Amino acid sequence: MIATDPRLAEPTHGDTPQLYAKRVPVFPRKIDGPFRRFKWAVMVACLAVYWVTPWLRWNRGAFAPDQAVLVDLAHRRFYMFAIEIWPHEFYFVAGLLIMAGIGLFLVTSVVGRAWCGYACPQTVWTDLYQHIDRLIDGDRNAQLRLHNAPWTGSKLARRLLKWSVWLVVAFMTGGAWIFYFADAPTLQRQFWTGVADPVAYITVGLLTLTTFVLGGFMREQVCIYMCPWPRIQSAMLDEKSLLVTYKHWRGEPRGSLKTAHRHLETGLAAVGDCIDCHQCQAVCPTGIDIRDGAQIGCITCGLCIDACDKAMAQIGRPRGLIDYCTLEDSAREARGQADTPVLKTILRPRTLIYFGVWAAIGMGLLFMLGTRTRLTLSVAKDRNPDYVQLSGGAVRDGFTVKLRNMEDRPRRVTVATAGISGARIFTDDMDDHAARGALAMVVPADTTLRLRLYLLGPKGAKPGAVLFQLKATDREGGQDQVRSTFSTPEGNGQ
Amino acid sequence: MVHDHDQAGPDTGKTSRLDEATGTHTVGHEWDGIEELDTPLPRWWLILFYLCIVFAIVYVILYPALPGLRGATPGVLGWTSRGALAADIKTADAGHAAVRAAIAAMPVEDLVKNPVLQRAAIEGGRAAFKQNCVQCHGAGAAGSKGYPNLNDDDWLWGGDIGAIAQTLQHGIRYPGDDATRISQMPAFGHDGILTPAQVQDVVSHVRVISHQEAVSAASQRGAAIFAQNCAVCHGANGEGGRQVGAPRLNDAIWLYGGDRAALTETVTNARAGVMPAWQQRLDPVTIKMLAAYVHSLGGGETSPAAR
Repeated sequence: MIATDPRLAEPTHGDTPQLYAKRVPVFPRKIDGPFRRFKWAVMVACLAVYWVTPWLRWNRGAFAPDQAVLVDLAHRRFYMFAIEIWPHEFYFVAGLLIMAGIGLFLVTSVVGRAWCGYACPQTVWTDLYQHIDRLIDGDRNAQLRLHNAPWTGSKLARRLLKWSVWLVVAFMTGGAWIFYFADAPTLQRQFWTGVADPVAYITVGLLTLTTFVLGGFMREQVCIYMCPWPRIQSAMLDEKSLLVTYKHWRGEPRGSLKTAHRHLETGLAAVGDCIDCHQCQAVCPTGIDIRDGAQIGCITCGLCIDACDKAMAQIGRPRGLIDYCTLEDSAREARGQADTPVLKTILRPRTLIYFGVWAAIGMGLLFMLGTRTRLTLSVAKDRNPDYVQLSGGAVRDGFTVKLRNMEDRPRRVTVATAGISGARIFTDDMDDHAARGALAMVVPADTTLRLRLYLLGPKGAKPGAVLFQLKATDREGGQDQVRSTFSTPEGNGQ
Repeated sequence: MVHDHDQAGPDTGKTSRLDEATGTHTVGHEWDGIEELDTPLPRWWLILFYLCIVFAIVYVILYPALPGLRGATPGVLGWTSRGALAADIKTADAGHAAVRAAIAAMPVEDLVKNPVLQRAAIEGGRAAFKQNCVQCHGAGAAGSKGYPNLNDDDWLWGGDIGAIAQTLQHGIRYPGDDATRISQMPAFGHDGILTPAQVQDVVSHVRVISHQEAVSAASQRGAAIFAQNCAVCHGANGEGGRQVGAPRLNDAIWLYGGDRAALTETVTNARAGVMPAWQQRLDPVTIKMLAAYVHSLGGGETSPAAR
């Protein structure tokens, strides 16, 4: 885990180290400051987005659901405000996921582990649960006392109360998830009346359980042991990445105010600014000591900065003994030089390349979204039989044709063919004497219409390419065409 | 878990000792200084292992499990995979009940007037066809020698949906069904009605009217024989006769082949294909569905009533 963790060095059997580090519970102290307030704001925003989104409405007319964000797995549709995505357009989702990935790289290269510190669900819910702890058990010291106290009735009562509140939050978290996958008001009614699909209850149960366990009991262990992201980020940080930095050149050697006075009076070497008050450790949600340097347990939430600034203000020393700082600036400050300008740190090839790739994918997706066809045709030729010889000398080929109307309203269309002169078409619910050059039909809203289509080639028709054409005849228009082949006893046109 | 160790192990001669680094005993084996730790199984693994044993015992009691000579032990729940399948089929049938009742109540010719039922019938027929018909008529219904292609517009006994349904119900030349479609072509050569030379003349004529050969002296002799012997069923110009299931001869479609050898065999020994009467095996609704499906294959004709 952490190379400098003193727990690892604890001797147990002779001089050999204990290989298993037991978790030391973390009871972060309450703190206020700019970063804490920013964290509050992000937390409120994230939770609000999570809980409110499924309840937003979006009018799509009579043929589609009116939920603004809906992953309709049953009908294989994904709705997001004005955008509707079908399964064959899943590349939009893939593109968004790739953008999210590159976006994380971009954010990491500009502001370090900001995701971990503020926006990650594990961080947000752990933070929420730690607030609940303080609300019920009191601040750090009270929590520590209670933790070490024997199991009495009152402790049990407290614990049960706390776990109940955890469970309520966990249930609200798990419960909100299912509303993204079905009409929220309907599902809620069904949920409480016990008639919702079992999968809804199972999902809520599982997510309640995982939230309860991950947010209540595992907390920082998820970040340190389970999550791959800190390890990836550790590999991605460079000398220009923003880190929470203890400025050891200013803080060391540590010493209390008394020691500082004594040293001053006795003419010993001056001590540093760090008064070793351990406030930075006390407020840390992952329980690390930032003064050990950059480490995997640091989610860069900045709470230790708030704590240290407060301590420095109380003793009248300048703020920023612990601060957001790049490795490069650390070295410069240690040498007594000025910081690199912020723009110069941010605008470097690495961030620009990330941004370029990220923006290019985004523009590509937007372009595809703007130009995609909402009325499409696909044709599969029958191979068994390849062709049918008719009595009169004509030849008939069969095709399976799919007309896909992705609009939320019915479309009037015609289907016709080109390439075989004199060809006529009909469907399997028509007789062949009703065959004609073009068929008019209505494709219902939001539907793929599957047709068995027969193409009658006149006597003497040659095998060859045939073009299927779909044309919308309503006001809006639109068209699509697909190539296929026409087979006769003479061959298959290839 | 500290074990009393067998000190007389043949390959060791060493004894178990406490390993300082791990706090675990060794098993006592030693190979060139390499020892094996007697690390206990993780508790979670052991608990899972015991739970699996409990699960297995409960499973054996509840479900069919232990194989015997005449089948497995039944299990107290009485569950069988065959029974589960039957229940599923029953559920599926219940889902189709309304559509099947509606199809049962209407004459097969009227299906075309109800597009929803027609579609349901075609799809139901598609499934039933794969189960009952593909053995002879092929998966694509294209048939093979002696088994008609159902996609084309050449029908022996009629191609409107009513005629197809009747063929399905009663079969062709099927013993045991009084209403079966029946006809018998004479074995002209075999029974001595025509001499082998006359048979060849008739074959020449048939190949002429089907545009496979040019008119010749033989075909002209054959034309006269055809008019006397064949035209009564196959029509004066070989246009076929559906009343008796006589195939059309002046087209490019051949049930048994249109080359000289195949035609000689046909005229000499006759042909008489047989199709089962499916009403003996299938319910009336499935037969209507099959008729709708076959009618939808592209060669279906309009019902006389609708014309």
